[in-house]
Amino acid sequence: MSTLKLDLENYKELLKEYIRTKDEQALYQAEQFSKHSMQHNISPEEIINIHVQSLQEIYPEMPADIQASMNFLLETMISYGLAYQEHQALREKQLELKSELSVAANMQKTLLSTNKPDFDGIDIGAISVPAKQMNGDYHHFVQDQEGSLGIGIADVIGKGVPAALCMSMIKYSMDSFPHKRMEPSVILESLNRVVERNVDSSMFITMFYGLYDPKDHKFYYSSAGHEPGYYYHHEQGEFSEMDAPGLVLGVTKDAEYPQNEKQVDPGDMIIMLTDGVTECRQGDRFIEPEEVLEIIKEYMHLPAQEMVEQVYKHFEKLQDFQLRDDFTLVVLRRDV
Amino acid sequence: MDFQSCVNIKKEWDIVGARQLGRDIAKKIGFGTVDQARIATAISELARNIYLYAGSGKVCFEAIDDMNHKGLSIIAVDEGPGIEELSQVMEDGFSTSGGLGAGLPGVKRLMDEFDIVSEQGRGTEIKVVKWLR
Repeated sequence: MSTLKLDLENYKELLKEYIRTKDEQALYQAEQFSKHSMQHNISPEEIINIHVQSLQEIYPEMPADIQASMNFLLETMISYGLAYQEHQALREKQLELKSELSVAANMQKTLLSTNKPDFDGIDIGAISVPAKQMNGDYHHFVQDQEGSLGIGIADVIGKGVPAALCMSMIKYSMDSFPHKRMEPSVILESLNRVVERNVDSSMFITMFYGLYDPKDHKFYYSSAGHEPGYYYHHEQGEFSEMDAPGLVLGVTKDAEYPQNEKQVDPGDMIIMLTDGVTECRQGDRFIEPEEVLEIIKEYMHLPAQEMVEQVYKHFEKLQDFQLRDDFTLVVLRRDV
Repeated sequence: MDFQSCVNIKKEWDIVGARQLGRDIAKKIGFGTVDQARIATAISELARNIYLYAGSGKVCFEAIDDMNHKGLSIIAVDEGPGIEELSQVMEDGFSTSGGLGAGLPGVKRLMDEFDIVSEQGRGTEIKVVKWLR
């Protein structure tokens, strides 16, 4: 049966067999025949043509009217055949686009890659997973000449390719900043000017930027309309929100980004995230921010990297393994 | 068999006339039932484009019979507004008639050769050929 041939002779035999036995076996072979035909791009009008020719051979006495009616049927199939061919062509095109997109996604991964630094006295965990192929979230670590650690976490409103293109721009602006110590407020101000100048006004980027100074264990941070972070006080065993006022990047040229600071004690934890974390959905219900903190608490005993991975796995499962938004979570913990 | 004949397209009914003449010539050249049906569908498409977008024009047929091969050449000419974005109308899935018509990509698939010249404000000329195999 696997050596099914696509010729008139074969079709005629199958048809004869069916007319004689009317059994399922022959019909099953007809199904095989049609699948095989599709693999060879045979269009429906050709099948009908084979059918007509087979009939003529099996029934040489077939009335002319019936034969004419077959031509009528054939004529009606031409457009279906065209639609089928168009469908095939569009499918090929779709595959092409898909593979192009996956090349772009890989390229983006390389472009936006950031090395999680080994930082004395600080345990760092970071995870960023795109909902679709391209990631509209971005996080970035940078160590300046004075030994401070800068962490940026950003989210483009919107997903997919445009968001990803936008992120590449942010990354390159940040790379071009001088390597001396830069305050979060200054960084956000300059990025705001870059975005305002270069990005379409319909596209917004939110960003949270923090700077950890290991000399006095202070954490400075500013926010451009980004999802607030959380701060975990080890001694009290409590979380508090970590936010700073500031407009989303790119809205107006001279936005200012006030800066707050925190004294980081041993065991304290800084949690930065995007709304892909806080706006996880279970069915139709958005989860509460407290639930995120509860889950974090649950895995807090683990090293930071394992902790963010476990938190991600939890929410991935909660959403039936279908992320609706890009998910980025970064955690810094001062060693006890 | 070397003649050229044309059908003027002004009314929707003329589409049928063009199909009929095209099919008759195709039959004389020796095309089988399936190819006749394909040629007729291509003619429909070309004639309908003239009727819908140019208002009037003509579809001409010429039997080709040289040493090596036989075939049918069809030329559709109009003096309508022309096509602005040729690459767009030649794209699959793009159709102003709501995706039901085969469109120009369909005509290209039905025939063996396809050539189009269009100038904005001056009109469009489409030449297609089907070879007898």
